Amino acid sequence: MPVADILFYLFASITVLAAGLVITARNPMYSVLGLIVAFFNVGGLFIILGAEFLGLLLLMVYVGAVAVMFLFVLLTININYEVLKDGFTRYAPAGVVVGALVLVEIVLAVWLGIHNMPAPAFVSLPTGEAQNIEAIGQVLFTNYLLPFQMSALILLVAMIGAIVLTHRTREGVRRQNIGQQVLRQRKDSVYLAKPQSGKGVK
Amino acid sequence: MLTVGLTHYLTLSATLFALGMLGIFLNRKNVILILMCIELMLLGVNINMVAFSAFYNDLAGQIFTFFILTVAAAEVAIGLAIVTVFFRNRRSVDVDDAANLKG
Repeated sequence: MPVADILFYLFASITVLAAGLVITARNPMYSVLGLIVAFFNVGGLFIILGAEFLGLLLLMVYVGAVAVMFLFVLLTININYEVLKDGFTRYAPAGVVVGALVLVEIVLAVWLGIHNMPAPAFVSLPTGEAQNIEAIGQVLFTNYLLPFQMSALILLVAMIGAIVLTHRTREGVRRQNIGQQVLRQRKDSVYLAKPQSGKGVK
Repeated sequence: MLTVGLTHYLTLSATLFALGMLGIFLNRKNVILILMCIELMLLGVNINMVAFSAFYNDLAGQIFTFFILTVAAAEVAIGLAIVTVFFRNRRSVDVDDAANLKG
């Protein structure tokens, strides 16, 4: 068996195990860790498939940003997650039935139908001779320029939306007001007192 | 059977998709875990795209995966922001507590 096949089975089995951990873990923190393991292994699978750019992108975007964001939120909000596990066994049968149905249907379709599937009539973007990253760069900035810019816009909107949603003005925070400091004049805070003897000031 | 082909990758992607679906049923109450399960399902879809792209020597699938990654990142950012705001108002991330708008 070639090395790539052995690696596929290794990565695939770990991915499925990690996905199982994500959905069954008692503590959401373990779910995030399972998610990170799954992302790492799928990144490995992408690299086996020759999509190095996407494999590394998966590691950077998902492990570096998405999983860390999940960790942040889990650590920031402080609740008893045990309570949220209430319906776990109640909804398990329905979930297993639906999940198994979907899985069996897709797997049957794949294993029975793939042999009858005709080769694609045309290849829209042939991989060609160039390296993966180079090839992606060449089409991303030409054929897909508009979608690329739109995805940038989506990210911008998401960023602004997240900030607007979570931003709040706190009560009772003393901030430096530079304008007020600069505008302050002598007569606002200093006065000349003439204390009479034995009475003191005010 | 043992030599890895397109079918193996598609099976793996279907497994991940089904696991994510099952996870939504199991963790029906926890919004954060539901978001994670959606991420798992998107990961399954991405494997599907990249596998077809690799086996048919067509780059379009990888470009699509790129955009799916972008949208998934944006979705998580917004989703977690909403969870944070919801928690601030209700001290909970239970889906059932978000029933205020119900009739």
